[in-house]
Amino acid sequence: MAGKTLYDKLWDQHVVKMRDDGTALIYIDRQLLHEVTSPQAFEGLRIAGRKPWRLDANLATPDHNVPTTPVERESGIDGIQDPVSRIQVKTLDDNCDHFGITEFKMADKRQGIVHVVGPEQGATLPGMTVVCGDSHTATHGAFAALAHGIGTSEVEHVLATQCLIQRKMKNLLIKVDGELGKGITGKDVVLHVIGLIGTAGGNGCAMEFGGSAIRSMSMEGRMTMCNMAIEAGARVGMVAFDEITAEYVKGRPYAPKAEQWEMALEAWADLKSDDDAVFDKVVEIRAEDIKPQVTWGTSPEMVTTIDGSVPTLDDAADDVERSGFTRAYEYMGLTAGQKITDIKLDRVFIGSCTNSRIEDLRAAAEVAKGRKVAGSVKQALVVPGSGLVKAQAEEEGLDKIFVEAGFEWREPGCSMCLAMNADKLGSGEHCASTSNRNFEGRQGYGGRTHLVSPAMAAAAAIAGHFVDVREF
Amino acid sequence: MKAFTVHQGVVAPMDRANIDTDMIIPKQFLKSIKRSGFGPNLFDELRYLDEGQPDADNSGRPLNPDFVLNQPRYAGASVLLARENFGCGSSREHAPWALEDFGFRAVIAPSYADIFYNNSFKNGLLPIVLDDAIVDRLFKETAANEGYQLTVDLENKVVVTPSGEKIPFEVDDFRRHCLLNGLDDIGLTLQDAEIIKEYESARRVSAPWLFHV
Repeated sequence: MAGKTLYDKLWDQHVVKMRDDGTALIYIDRQLLHEVTSPQAFEGLRIAGRKPWRLDANLATPDHNVPTTPVERESGIDGIQDPVSRIQVKTLDDNCDHFGITEFKMADKRQGIVHVVGPEQGATLPGMTVVCGDSHTATHGAFAALAHGIGTSEVEHVLATQCLIQRKMKNLLIKVDGELGKGITGKDVVLHVIGLIGTAGGNGCAMEFGGSAIRSMSMEGRMTMCNMAIEAGARVGMVAFDEITAEYVKGRPYAPKAEQWEMALEAWADLKSDDDAVFDKVVEIRAEDIKPQVTWGTSPEMVTTIDGSVPTLDDAADDVERSGFTRAYEYMGLTAGQKITDIKLDRVFIGSCTNSRIEDLRAAAEVAKGRKVAGSVKQALVVPGSGLVKAQAEEEGLDKIFVEAGFEWREPGCSMCLAMNADKLGSGEHCASTSNRNFEGRQGYGGRTHLVSPAMAAAAAIAGHFVDVREF
Repeated sequence: MKAFTVHQGVVAPMDRANIDTDMIIPKQFLKSIKRSGFGPNLFDELRYLDEGQPDADNSGRPLNPDFVLNQPRYAGASVLLARENFGCGSSREHAPWALEDFGFRAVIAPSYADIFYNNSFKNGLLPIVLDDAIVDRLFKETAANEGYQLTVDLENKVVVTPSGEKIPFEVDDFRRHCLLNGLDDIGLTLQDAEIIKEYESARRVSAPWLFHV
């Protein structure tokens, strides 16, 4: 019999019941909650007179709506200027207090973007099933966990039953072998993958990232890659357990301690695909082929390399893609064949659940050190992923490097990734962003997003246009 | 949840691929803590010529005359026709809420993003997968015939065209059952509460570090 993939193993370990129609009840070890996708779920529980099945499986923190300016944060929830955002953050607090769910509230040092906070606290562990009402929950798969982004009805379902109804997905392996060049990060690798297989390439699949380039990658890099599995259509992204995983998890507040740690290590050792495991599809990539990536259009698959140009209509595969390109040229204010290095930036955003961890901030600071943000750039924001990332960065003096270079140093939250708070692009503005989506209007009405790595974003801020960070 | 058995309605064509959930309902409307009221802001950035605000009156806003849902011939549309990978991106269930609140009962496309597909069934909105070539033909028929309507029959798993042609589609039995009967799946899962408890007790022994109380 053929071996099992990592996904097969995690699936098997969590099946509570197989149903006749091929769906299964999957047990959920951890649910992360935030203010945007939970209020209707809690309301549903109340209306039905139900209680959460297991309180200690849940952890909440507000992130999408929270302001990031120190002034607005000082007065707590009451200080949130936008009344609609204020009600939503307040509602999360009220619901968590009412039901008895642990929440890192806005003023808590541990507050931050839910996908940064979970791993940072050890609330995400290898072998777990993790869900959250957010598509970027795939992030947690970096820990050899099975992590699903879910909708609000499913948030309520998990709160009430500790289970998720799932049909088993297909196995897709993205194998990246070789050594990544200098300045090439997990962000470049995953954007390259999305460019290769398209935004629907992983639909219906659990996507495992393997190969020697992934094995030598840090947890931060792996999280960035799994985070964006959803931009290739895969609801689940994963990386096998190894010493790098163990090293990251050890000693974190929710991580197992003492004899339980030893017991856990033993259980986790097998969280990898067997050598003879069969995948439905394998995509092989040579690490050496990957250059710094920049998106030019309004879908993450509209991506090219820093030395490339905006594609022409001749590059499109069919009529549907041609009309997509035409619409994207117009929305983005770009012309076919235009060089990527000629795109001028109005704003720069370094942050989001994709790239706001300490390693991301270090990479950006290294580029920014001793330099100045170009006068033509209206705003360059650095938004740490959590209060603890912020504290760590300040201990290392990164905040000073950013501020001296002309960046704004902010409080943790999702911020300009989706512009639910006050941080947003103006209409027609181009932004070098370390976030995950370049959809129309995503970062602000009429805003034009270009997705890049943190070092590329910092370099673009300094130059005022895109530059190759390898030569910067 | 509203049950879905047979529905007949006007078809509105949105001829583009990769329609994302940010496009279906932009982020500022996600600040609502309710499940309803998203219809007026469905496709907000395509539908209006100005920027929409949550909790605002939309009646006086300038409409984009080129947008399909603003064209009189598609007034009252309840079946949305689209291209591949419909509903990609964010997991926001506000997307099916907005489509449903606007009056859509079914979407027809060659493929969907997984999370959107799943969310739709929980809200009485039926996402139907049809072959590229058939979808292409439906686009042409919709364009050629004003007031073009389709009948969606979930019981028999067919889409019926005005000429009486029956186009079969596939749908998961469990989802179909829930949608036909308007069932709440939490109640169904809780019928297995004892099995869940058994699983949980075993897990408490094999992975005690996952339990904090």
